[in-house]
Amino acid sequence: MTNAVHIQRSFEAWRDAARKLIALDVPPDAIAWIDDDSSSLLPELDLPDAAPSAFQVPAEFVGFSRLVACFRDPQRWALLYRMLWRLTHGEKQLLQDATDDDTHRFFAMHRKVRLDRHKMTAFVRFRAVQSEDGSEPHYIAWHRPDHFILRLTAPFFQRRFASMKWTILTPDESVTWDGTDLRFSEGVPASQAPAGDELETLWRTYYANSFNPARLNLKMMRREMPVRHWATLPETEVIDDLIREAPRRVEEMVKKQTATKCKSTGSAADFLPPRISLPQLRDAIQGCRGCDLYCNATQAVFGEGPKDASIIFVGEQPGDQEDLAGKPFVGPSGHLLDEVMEEVGIPRDEVYVTNAVKHFKFEPRGTRRIHAKPNAREMAACKPWLASEISVIKPEIVVCLGSTAAQQLLGKQFRVTKSRGEWIKTDFAPRVMATVHPSSLLRMPDHDARVQARKMFTHDLNLVAKALRKMKASA
Amino acid sequence: MDLRAKLAILADAAKYDASCASSGSKRRARDGQLGDTNKIGICHSYTPDGRCVSLLKILLTNYCIYDCQYCVNRVSSDSPRARFTPEEVVRLTLEFYKRNYIEGLFLSSGVIQSADHTMEQLVEVARSLREDHKYNGYIHLKAVPGASEDLMAQAGRYADRLSANIELPTQRDLQQLAPEKKLIDIHRTMVQLKVRIAAAKEEQRASKRAPQFAPAGQSTQMIVGATPSTDAQILTTADSLYRTHRLRRVYYSAFSPIPHADLRLPTKSPPLVRENRLYQADWLLRFYGFKVHELTTPDDPQLDLSIDPKTAWALRHREQFPVDVNRASRELLLRVPGLGARNVQRILQIRRLHSIRLSDLLKLRVPMARAKYFVVTADHNPDSLRIDRMNLRSRVVKPEQQLNLFEVAVSAKTGEI
Ligand code: SF4
Ligand code: SF4
Repeated sequence: MTNAVHIQRSFEAWRDAARKLIALDVPPDAIAWIDDDSSSLLPELDLPDAAPSAFQVPAEFVGFSRLVACFRDPQRWALLYRMLWRLTHGEKQLLQDATDDDTHRFFAMHRKVRLDRHKMTAFVRFRAVQSEDGSEPHYIAWHRPDHFILRLTAPFFQRRFASMKWTILTPDESVTWDGTDLRFSEGVPASQAPAGDELETLWRTYYANSFNPARLNLKMMRREMPVRHWATLPETEVIDDLIREAPRRVEEMVKKQTATKCKSTGSAADFLPPRISLPQLRDAIQGCRGCDLYCNATQAVFGEGPKDASIIFVGEQPGDQEDLAGKPFVGPSGHLLDEVMEEVGIPRDEVYVTNAVKHFKFEPRGTRRIHAKPNAREMAACKPWLASEISVIKPEIVVCLGSTAAQQLLGKQFRVTKSRGEWIKTDFAPRVMATVHPSSLLRMPDHDARVQARKMFTHDLNLVAKALRKMKASA
Repeated sequence: MDLRAKLAILADAAKYDASCASSGSKRRARDGQLGDTNKIGICHSYTPDGRCVSLLKILLTNYCIYDCQYCVNRVSSDSPRARFTPEEVVRLTLEFYKRNYIEGLFLSSGVIQSADHTMEQLVEVARSLREDHKYNGYIHLKAVPGASEDLMAQAGRYADRLSANIELPTQRDLQQLAPEKKLIDIHRTMVQLKVRIAAAKEEQRASKRAPQFAPAGQSTQMIVGATPSTDAQILTTADSLYRTHRLRRVYYSAFSPIPHADLRLPTKSPPLVRENRLYQADWLLRFYGFKVHELTTPDDPQLDLSIDPKTAWALRHREQFPVDVNRASRELLLRVPGLGARNVQRILQIRRLHSIRLSDLLKLRVPMARAKYFVVTADHNPDSLRIDRMNLRSRVVKPEQQLNLFEVAVSAKTGEI
């Protein structure tokens, strides 16, 4: 028949009982091991107080048993006793056979307890609780181990944090170090953990910044830092944000990296689509690496308007807002152009607007991007795009806004200041005219000059409107 | 700039250094003092990139007079700059340590003014921690190549580990990307450290009270993928560093001009896999008895990215397999794909007691999907007869496993291959 052996939850209690049982020659299946705090209906086995007979087991077994005894499973006592029985009954080599079922479980439990102890040394997070008399703070942590390892692990903290006063609370048991002694007491629920510690902000800052978003490997993180421990790890609060922001940060890193490593070919001609049509051009231009400008801009900004437009307005290059929106003339100068067109009666739906250079060129100034003028190489590289747009649309009139556009289409010697408002006949359009860029109006510092400039600009566009009306009448 | 802003910048700038270990030192706790070091390091946290947070890894400053092309701190880069005072670093280290966030400090720095001036500042932090604050936790200092012997001597007295980074595998690579750095200076520093480390060990053997010198030894880091140097060249360099300078660890850090090629181009092999393959190869060199020339072939000086270097070697040397786990020598067992060093040890023990069957290997958690083709057990193992099949490679490497970064990373970390 089976008898119960009640023991306290400690290795020493088990060892004492086991020694006596071996001395009494009680086989493993004749007893049930019961933790002191649980009850059993089995009759209790009386263990005599007499000193047990001496026997030898491998030192390794004792060392390992200390850890296995902490495993959170009532079966551990029976396993330990069965192993002890076998070791003392002709199977001295038992521990060498890692594939024996008992040994295998024994090592597995040992491994899990050792890991749990290791994780405890890693994941306990002290919070400083300032004392009222201004002396050194008391450091308090709440931790939930998987197994009964507090007593096993306390010496680690005693050694390492000898100069501090600290307490570790767990649901099973708690321990306090006062500088001289370790004192154990009742376990407490998580609600008794101290509230935050201001250092945690710095710790989270460190954690967030030591993470490399280009190497996201969440599975590895969760394997090593199981989610069940996250509640007591202050740094895990920022994990969601870090993961969410990772793609954007990587994109920025890529941009920064490539900024110094542009690989352009020298001409947009290398990237023209096989068939020249507006949709195909629009697609192909996003892959253009004709000049270095592609590296830092958000996107290429292609022209916009109907395929059969009678007028093309050509600006210099996309600005900050155009670069972000992906459309030409959406910023302040676009609004100004719209206003004046309406004033002089140029119907917006007959107009195609585009730029001489398709990527935004800028100098970073803090967080702002300041417009910079494209140079001759960039202009030459980009010309095939504009030429293709014009060749598809075949407009009656082309208006160059500003000197970059004018030089792009009318040659380097062309001076807007000298020849604005004049009609020129070219082989790509019967009527080409240049005027200033609307942004030059916006940049004028004083009011009178601005009014005067706008008058002249309106005058030039009026010429365009008239030409358009005349053309329509004769058609 | 407040402390938090500095910390953000100087932690960010330090994160590209791959070494994080806090292991291998033996600094004892003392009564009433703070800290000790553990033989096995402790990772106190993990960031979402799966990397261990063990040390407060920061730069003293990210200002730098040099212009190494692979480095975020190079003088020509536009990253925001900051500079800690030594006291600030001391305070951060102590406060983090007392809350059990870290095992200690890893302090590096951009080069400011001169090698000596920079090294002096690093040493001052370590000195203050040890002497003013009686701190016995871990300290890893960067050894700035070219700094004076005297400063190195001080550094070694306070630090558990020192590291001078080799950065790139060949002198040609250095010339190309870090023209101000000379391989010879780096080697000179390493030799200096080696000599002092060995001497201190010797004195310690004679008297326990002899002063320590970098008891956790020296390590170094090599950037992979910034230059066309092959894996064969990288491993040759690493191997010679282990042998001639007795380095504890060589760390490999994947450099990627487009750092996340792996996210955008999932079908292409990311440099991260290459980095992990190098770590695996590194274990094979140190603990599995492999020679550098066995890991790559003259025709293909790169490691195979889709399988681990041990399996790759086994597939090239099928005539040596299958291996009888009940009879084969330790050396041969170590060459079986999937049999890690720890399991080989266990097998040698178990087989003295009884003969080993397939089910025993499963209990030892040997990855049988790979290993089963290469071993003979006491019971019948039909797969071992398939060793000469042409398609063995594709059987061993299941397509969906090919780029399982996770598994590769675990193996690279634990050294079980
Ligand atoms: S600016 Fe023009 S040539 Fe340069 S990359 Fe952009 S589209 Fe191509
Ligand atoms: S010396 Fe060091 S910190 Fe300075 S640029 Fe070179 S690698 Fe970077």
